[in-house]
Amino acid sequence: MRALHHRPLTFPGPAIRGLPQSAFSVGGLEAVPHHSGALYLPSERALLLSDLHLEKASSYAARGVFLPPYDTRATLGSVAVAIAAFEPRQVISMGDSFHDRTGPLRLEPDDAATLRRLQGGRAWLWLTGNHDPDAPSGLDGEVADTIALGGVMLRHEPSHRGAEPEIAGHLHPAARIRLRGRGVRRRCFISDGNRLVMPAMGSYAGGLNVRDGAIQRLFDDGADVWMLGDARVFQVSRALLMPD
Amino acid sequence: MAGDEPLPEVFARWFASRGWSPRAHQLELIAQARAGRSTLLVAPTGAGKTLAGFLPSLIELAAQPADRTMSLHTLYISPLKALAVDIARNLERPAGEMGLNIRLETRTGDTSATKRARQFEHPPDILLTTPEQLALMIAHKDARALFGGLRRIVLDEIHSLVTSKRGDLLALGLVRVRKLAPQATAVGLSATVREPEQLRRYLASGEPAGQLADLVTVAGGAAADLSILQPNAVLPLAGHTSRHAMADIYAAIKAHRTTLVFVNTRMQAEFMFQELWRVNEDNLAIALHHGSLDVGQRRKVEAAMTAGKLKAVVCTATLDLGIDWGDVDLVINIGAPKGASRLIQRVGRANHRMDEPSKAYLVPSNRFEIMECHAALEAVAEAAQDTPDAKPGALDVLAQHLLGLTCAEPIGADAAFAEVASAAPYAALSRETFDAALTFVATGGYALKSYERFAKIRLGKDGLWRVSDARVAQHYRMNVGTIVESPMLKVRLGRARASRTGGSPVLFGGRVLGEVEEYFAETMLAGDTFIFAGEVLRFEGIAGNEVVVSRTQAGTDPKIPSYAGGKFPLSTFLAERVRRMLASPAEWQRLPKQVGDWLVLQARKSVIPKRTQMLVETFPRGDRFHLVAFPFEGRLAHQTLGMLLTRRLERLRLKPLGFVCNDYGLCVWGLSDLSAAVADGSLSLDALFDSDMLGDDLEEWLQESALMKRAFRSCAVIAGLIERRFPGQEKSGRQVTMSTDLVYDVLRRHEPDHLLLRAARADAATGLLDLGRLAQCLSRIRGRIVHKALERVSPLGVSVMLEIGREAVYGEAADALLAEAEDIMMQEAAA
Repeated sequence: MRALHHRPLTFPGPAIRGLPQSAFSVGGLEAVPHHSGALYLPSERALLLSDLHLEKASSYAARGVFLPPYDTRATLGSVAVAIAAFEPRQVISMGDSFHDRTGPLRLEPDDAATLRRLQGGRAWLWLTGNHDPDAPSGLDGEVADTIALGGVMLRHEPSHRGAEPEIAGHLHPAARIRLRGRGVRRRCFISDGNRLVMPAMGSYAGGLNVRDGAIQRLFDDGADVWMLGDARVFQVSRALLMPD
Repeated sequence: MAGDEPLPEVFARWFASRGWSPRAHQLELIAQARAGRSTLLVAPTGAGKTLAGFLPSLIELAAQPADRTMSLHTLYISPLKALAVDIARNLERPAGEMGLNIRLETRTGDTSATKRARQFEHPPDILLTTPEQLALMIAHKDARALFGGLRRIVLDEIHSLVTSKRGDLLALGLVRVRKLAPQATAVGLSATVREPEQLRRYLASGEPAGQLADLVTVAGGAAADLSILQPNAVLPLAGHTSRHAMADIYAAIKAHRTTLVFVNTRMQAEFMFQELWRVNEDNLAIALHHGSLDVGQRRKVEAAMTAGKLKAVVCTATLDLGIDWGDVDLVINIGAPKGASRLIQRVGRANHRMDEPSKAYLVPSNRFEIMECHAALEAVAEAAQDTPDAKPGALDVLAQHLLGLTCAEPIGADAAFAEVASAAPYAALSRETFDAALTFVATGGYALKSYERFAKIRLGKDGLWRVSDARVAQHYRMNVGTIVESPMLKVRLGRARASRTGGSPVLFGGRVLGEVEEYFAETMLAGDTFIFAGEVLRFEGIAGNEVVVSRTQAGTDPKIPSYAGGKFPLSTFLAERVRRMLASPAEWQRLPKQVGDWLVLQARKSVIPKRTQMLVETFPRGDRFHLVAFPFEGRLAHQTLGMLLTRRLERLRLKPLGFVCNDYGLCVWGLSDLSAAVADGSLSLDALFDSDMLGDDLEEWLQESALMKRAFRSCAVIAGLIERRFPGQEKSGRQVTMSTDLVYDVLRRHEPDHLLLRAARADAATGLLDLGRLAQCLSRIRGRIVHKALERVSPLGVSVMLEIGREAVYGEAADALLAEAEDIMMQEAAA
């Protein structure tokens, strides 16, 4: 098994505010997980967001299920927190940024303005996902299917085989632990040091337990898990992970 | 109706042929019906209540020509579908024996779709059904035709319905039916209740405001023969197992024909069943019955019971209501009854003849419960009852009903508001809230109006609301009802084998034994043993929606303590009596000596609080410092209080570590010397217990509270925000839980005053968190806290400290747990 960096790192300077973050490496690239679900790559000054699923509630409303229409602003709120914490030069949304193709058209004016403000002053890249295979119409930012960053491949769906280092989303990993008879289930990052799967950031996005076969088979030699707390990320012992 | 004779000849002959004469209240109800008066009949079990309710209908129907047009004459609503079916059977006999040409049908969830459709085309004379089915019928486009000719509405066991969400749904259904059939009168049948006014007002729902239904009361039958089973053994200070009394209970079962042994929880039922069989030397037929057992298993027990093949059944509330299970001559209530009304209801299961006394034993399982049992006996002797107070109708139920109304026909908001407000539970509903509910139905009712074009119901130019398409009505039918089950997992016999890849174990399924609540399953680890379905099982794991278990070898002791605190909290009414008993040493002589001695010891070592006071004791024990308080407000209110107190102590840097509570008090422990903190003035108990804890502290806690999320989920399902199931597929409780938690978080942050959050808070206030009661308690004890700093735990304190089911302080704060998990990781890494 690959050795992992467990040591907590503190990044000096204006790039990072707030709490010290526990960093790890993916394919040799330093990566800082954030409790919002975003991942910061200091060497690239890049912030990665995954599975925002914006406008999910309005997508359901068409079917007569009136979920509170505040999911987009809640999600963008988390994005704003992450951007404020790292002040990245570029932001990459890793696919399924919108819950469906017409999602961008349903953005409330306020939410669209928030998004534009977040995009201002930095490069913004939308990777395509299965929910949003096209460029989001009417929005700023570049569009691509994949991109390589510092020798690591970024794509929406994890590739099934291949040794190249990779960061992906799509699977919405979540972990469940139990201590003293009490359980906590949270979204999480999962990585074996070569591949990393990001948690979904969408406020209504569900989670798939990391013990599920779809996630397990990506990590033959096991993987480590960083669960999202309310104020920071916690690296959690593998032995504590429970199925749902 | 011809003739002034109270009873037509065919009826008089029938009574005579059975060797009976009609009872006064039965004749009175006939007169009431002729006068067109709605009536509440309050009568003890065995008084012939049901027949009294139906006689007026049978008499009217008997006088009608045989070739009359088919029209629904009488609608009967029962809280249980089994009861509706049972009553139908019981009515067919007299109708048949009198040769009456009357069509009688039931309609429940089990009735086939074709039969249900036929009931609209060719209605029976008498239809027996449930509140949920009524809701479905009034949402039918032919409701007006079905109910147009209705004469009579009979509401059975009405006392058990009124203060619940089902009661709200039924009240709304009742006013609707009365709108469609203004000529119909309503009859309510009820067991003895403390405040009949509440039921009379409920029954008058739909009649002019302020009206009460008439009251007919049947004096209580023979007084029940109630006693406390005096244990020969010394009673434990805490615990709920009644293990000490097993021999006495067994002897009582042996000495009677058929015994019902009532317990308060499923776990107690399992334990009692296990223990009875341990001493069952004569191999008496003792069976087990509780709601979590497989249906087939339950039906078998019920059949054996009716056939008189059983000597005893250990059962929970599932047998509380209604149905007559044969020749029961003794009821044993294990533990304290928690409420006087429940006790009366249970005792009524023994001996269904009114003129013979019902016989029952109470078996207290600890010393506090002895006091509670004595209080309950006094209450029963005075026929004093503790039925819960009426509360405002639930808003989620209102939303469901409004959609139902619109499914039947277009509605005008003004008329619908007037109709809804004529239902007793909604009498105080404001027009503003009503409009919010209507907007909720239409578009979700959010301040951010983004769903207008998807609206389920729309306001037409004629000022009427209509459903926007047929699918809305179809979805409504799938989601009717107010019962939202907590997520349950099936318990299946199986075997775990490690898979070759070393991943999750592969589980091979066998027979299903029943189901358990998800939260119970979550507390177990593979290898833990627990009692279920009468045997000790080994927990293997959870696979999908199933708990996989295996059998253990005979003689294995269950490791997971059966949480037995009881799901009903001590009623306010009994609590008041227990406090009074505690405060008056003169009354202690009537208690068993060991209890009296215990209280005398308490008086000597600490303090006996006066009736209006609350005692707080602080003392060191081991390397911890404890605080014990005795509010006597029931477990749920104490649990909430415990959460809030520890939060405050935390903020005061008094380092609380955990707490435990029971129905009588709670105990908090931590690392700081609380006696010293009180002495030097750094801790004020008055401030600690100030009711302002129900403000910010509560709000903060509710953010994370799983109980609040559960309440929200249930409201979301009832109100129709989340669908119960889609056509052809039932969504499992687990999936719903995941999504509603996320929705709750978002809604709470962005629109805290939304209708559904108001509904969930109202539920929490009266239900799971018992906030209403806690608020009353805090204002009751203001300025009346008696503090005693002790060297060691007091006699009363011990019984709280020994309680199982301790809550640690990190409570529900997820980050604290995650931090602990991370520490474990770091320790591994350092090793």
